[in-house]
This record gives sequence, structure tokens and C-alpha cells, in this order.
Amino acid sequence: MNTAQYKTWDEFMEGVWRQNPVFVMVLGMCPTLAVTVSAINAISMGVATLFVLVCSCGLVSLMRKLTPKEVRIAVYIVIIATFVTAVDYAIQAISLALYDALGAFIQLIVVNCIILGRAEAHAAKNPPIPAMVNAAGMGVGFTIGLLALGVVREILGAGTLFGVSLFGAGFQPWVIMVLPPGGFFVLGAWLLLFAWWARRRAGLPAKEATQHV
Amino acid sequence: MTQPLIEIRSAPHVQSAKTVETIMRNVVYSLLPICAFYVFQYGISALASIAVVTGACLLTERFFVRTGTQAGRLSDYSAVITGLLLALTLPPGFPLWMGAVAGIVAIALGKALFGGIGFNVFNPALVGRAFVQAAFPTAIATYTPSFLPGRFTEFIPSTLAWPLMIPADATAWLKAKNLDALAGATPLAKWKFDGVIANADELLTSLSGHMAVGPSPLLILLCGAYLASRRYMDWRIPLAVLGSAALTAWLLFAFDPARYPNPFFMLFSGGLILGAVYMATDMATSPVTPKGMWVYGALIGLLTVVIRYYSGLPEGVMYAILIANAASPLIEKITQPVPFGRGVLDRVKKRATYPLNPGYISREEASAVTPKKRFLPNKPKK
Repeated sequence: MNTAQYKTWDEFMEGVWRQNPVFVMVLGMCPTLAVTVSAINAISMGVATLFVLVCSCGLVSLMRKLTPKEVRIAVYIVIIATFVTAVDYAIQAISLALYDALGAFIQLIVVNCIILGRAEAHAAKNPPIPAMVNAAGMGVGFTIGLLALGVVREILGAGTLFGVSLFGAGFQPWVIMVLPPGGFFVLGAWLLLFAWWARRRAGLPAKEATQHV
Repeated sequence: MTQPLIEIRSAPHVQSAKTVETIMRNVVYSLLPICAFYVFQYGISALASIAVVTGACLLTERFFVRTGTQAGRLSDYSAVITGLLLALTLPPGFPLWMGAVAGIVAIALGKALFGGIGFNVFNPALVGRAFVQAAFPTAIATYTPSFLPGRFTEFIPSTLAWPLMIPADATAWLKAKNLDALAGATPLAKWKFDGVIANADELLTSLSGHMAVGPSPLLILLCGAYLASRRYMDWRIPLAVLGSAALTAWLLFAFDPARYPNPFFMLFSGGLILGAVYMATDMATSPVTPKGMWVYGALIGLLTVVIRYYSGLPEGVMYAILIANAASPLIEKITQPVPFGRGVLDRVKKRATYPLNPGYISREEASAVTPKKRFLPNKPKK
């Protein structure tokens, strides 16, 4: 593996793992909490965001030398909104049920801070290929985060996974898991797990010794 | 020459034999008669429920104490109290696996996440109950009548549901006992949805058969009186809760007797007495200032009655206490007692000044004269 390849892979894994948008940066919480009631919803939302992210970061990067600094945010928003509109119509054409389930959150990809953040922090300063690789990593990381929430909430909230029943007809659904509090609890549990794991890897104790006076 | 030893310590200087462990152990003792009566009412289902919920709490506590993420020890009995109280607030036929979920959530979410004993913001038992109330709304509203024949030999069918599975319906089981006339609804649910008001004296003792009620309020009051007399619990909070609930209910009853039930029904039904005596008085989650305790208790009583009357839920004690728990730091802040030496209006008295006289300071000097006796300026004039 030569250096260039390694750098590309590193750039990609940045978003997937080290700077994961959901678990490390804790960005884009609105769709994360709202649409993850099932694994299918989570993946669709993730893929839609991934598409918008990669396309808009590529375009922003191509236009980075043409964009006046003063109006850059407006330019980014117009670019992002264009792709979001495309995704909106595409999902409506492919599956109306999914479109209804995701609701306003497809349009709200426009204001997802992951996308604007990537455009401002990375794509506006880098050539198109690294920008798109970085954006793809972020998109995949976001999808993984949504999926992690969606799987837990679907299994406990409905007893199914990707629509396939796991426990048979007598399953008692945990109503709270499909309600907003369930999203907060599951997200909190995942964050706790990752924080614990990160500390463990760094060789730190689970908790700093507290001095009780 | 040896220097004299001066021991420097921070407060408190006065110590008593009362430790956290003693207090908690006495609370457990006072809960035992209530649990025994509950088992007498509902038989082995209640016993299994108490055992499983308390066991789940203890195992969770052990896990968090062992991994070092939580203060406190397993032997301080606080998890036992959480488990017993949680079991008493759940229906007797509550599926055991759901009871275990409630116990785990109570300790993990209600206590360990905040750092263990003394750090929790909300009452752990009520956090567990609120979670299962939101997760399993049907199961938690399904009560069976008390004093059923054969309750010591036979489980309520919903108790033994498989984990993650829907519990069996108790209606057919009750029908087989020829008790189908007695619907398994709590007195509060009957009042809310059917307009039937139970007698207050029946509610007070819980002894008349086939009512879907918790342990006897009279017994809870007696056990609470024991705790208060031993100073293991502050009497102000239960008194404020019950007084405020009774006052609110009585005002509404006086306003429109046809629409609102009498205040005694409000006091003795549901979990109000248990909540007032054992839940609201949780030391970590209630204010420490005496004035604050009254405010806190009054808030719980008022909210309970308001939730019962004006919301879709028949019972409101749990949410009332959780809201008051959240408000308790604020209540503490605004009810700070006046420091010694300050007036009621929290101002330094204008004329109570003590002039600084050099004579006081350097009396040891050779040239210093003993100052004349001085009187405070606010001495009454002749």
C-alpha cells in the first residue's frame, strides 16, 4: 500500500470512525433521534444524506475558487438544497411509504449541520477528490450511527429487524422505544458504550478518582 | 520542647451514631410489614414480584459498584429500598421480566448514571416505574382484585409471562373463578372512567375483599410515623403533601360536589400515601431547608390532584413527585434560612455597629489605658 492510497483510506476512515458524526461529533441529532424507529428508515435516511453530502461537497470543492468569501454560505446552501430536492423527488418516486415515514426530515437534510460543516471545513479548502472521499466517509459514518440506533429501537420497539419478525406473534413491544424518549435513551446508551470503550483503549480507568470532602 | 498538637478539622464537629446505613436499614425494617401485608393481599404473585424486582435492583447496583462507576456500597441498603418501593408501586400480577426491566432501569438510569447514592436527581424507584409505564402501558394498568381465593397456591397468569412476550390475559382466569363481576380496575380508574367512588374507610384499611388496591394506607401511615418518631424521616414533607392534596381536593369538592369526589377518596386512593411517606421523603431528592420542605410537599400534593382531575391519566403521584424532584434545587435556593444575626428582611441592622477602638486591640501595650465601658448605640434612651 503506497502513501497516496493510505492517505485516501485514512481520509475515508476519518468520518467512519475517528470523527464519526453521530458518536464523536454528536452532529445531526435531529434526524438521528427522529427517524430511527426502524432499521429501514435509518438506512434510507443515511443513504440520502450520504448522497447529498458527497455531491454537494464535490461541487463546493469544484467551485471553491469561484466563490466569493462573503457569500459562500448562501452558495453552499443553494448547492445543498439542489441535491436535497433531487433526493426528495427520488424517494417519493421510489417508495411513497418510505417518503411518508421520513416526512419532513428529507427536506431538512438542507439544514443538517454535518453537510454544511463538511462544506465549510473541508470541501472549501481541498480539491474535489479528497473532499468527496472525506464526505463519503462522513456519510457512511452517519449511516452507521443511524443504523446502530435503528436496529436497537426496531428490535425492542416492534420485535422485528428490517421488517422480519424475530420473536413471533407474542412479542410485547416496548412502546417507549418508538417514542422520542426511546431515541434519547438508546443514543445515550451508545454514547456511553463508545466513551467507555475509548477510555479503555486509551488505558484510562473507567472513572477519575473523585475526592469526596 | 514538644510543640502542642493542634488538630484542625472541618465541620461537622458534632457526630451522631446515625449513618446512612442505619437510616436505610430502618427504612427497610419499616417497609417489611407493608410488604408482608401486600403478600397477604395478593399471594405468591406479589411475593415473586417483590423478590424479582429487588433482586434486579441489587444485581444492577452490584454491577455498577463493582465496576467502580458509582459511589456507595451494596451493603448500604439503598438499593433494597428502591427495589421494595418499586415492587409496591407495580401491579401484583406484573410480569416478572418487566419487573426486572424496571429494577435495572431504576438503578442504572435513575441512580448509577448520576454517580450513585446521594447524587441522584430523581427518585430511582419512580424513574424505573416511569420507564415501564411508558414502555408497557397495558401491563401496568392491569390490576387483579385482592384477597382472591387460592392466591397462595396459584400465580396470577400474567406474572409468569416469558421474557419479551405479551403476558396472558387475566380476564379469562378471573372468569373461571366466577369473579368476572369484579373488574380488575383500581378505584381511581373506576372513578375516572366509570364515575364510581369507593368508600374512604374501605380504602383506608384495604381489608375489604376484591379491590384492586395497593397496601393499606393506614399501615403505611403507621410505619411512616415510626420512621418520623425515630427521626429517620422528616415529618414535614408527608404532612405538606397530604395537607396540600386534601386542601386542593376539598376546595374543588366545595366548589362542585357533583363533579369532584370528596377529599378523603382523593387522599386514600392510589399511591398518594405511599408516595407522600416513602417516595417524596427520599433524602437525596428533596430539599433540606425546612421552609423548602413545605413548598416541595405542597407542590407534590397540588400537582397530584391536578393531574388526577384534569389529565387523561387516573393517577398522578409519580409524575408529581418527579416534577417536584426536578424543582427541588430551585426550591432549596429560594428558601435559604436567614443567617444568624440578620433581620427578617435579610438586612444588616442599621445601628448595630461595633466601633473599632484601638483600645480594644492593643490593651497589652504599656501606655494603653483601659477603655471606658461602652454601650451599644441602640440602647434605649432614658
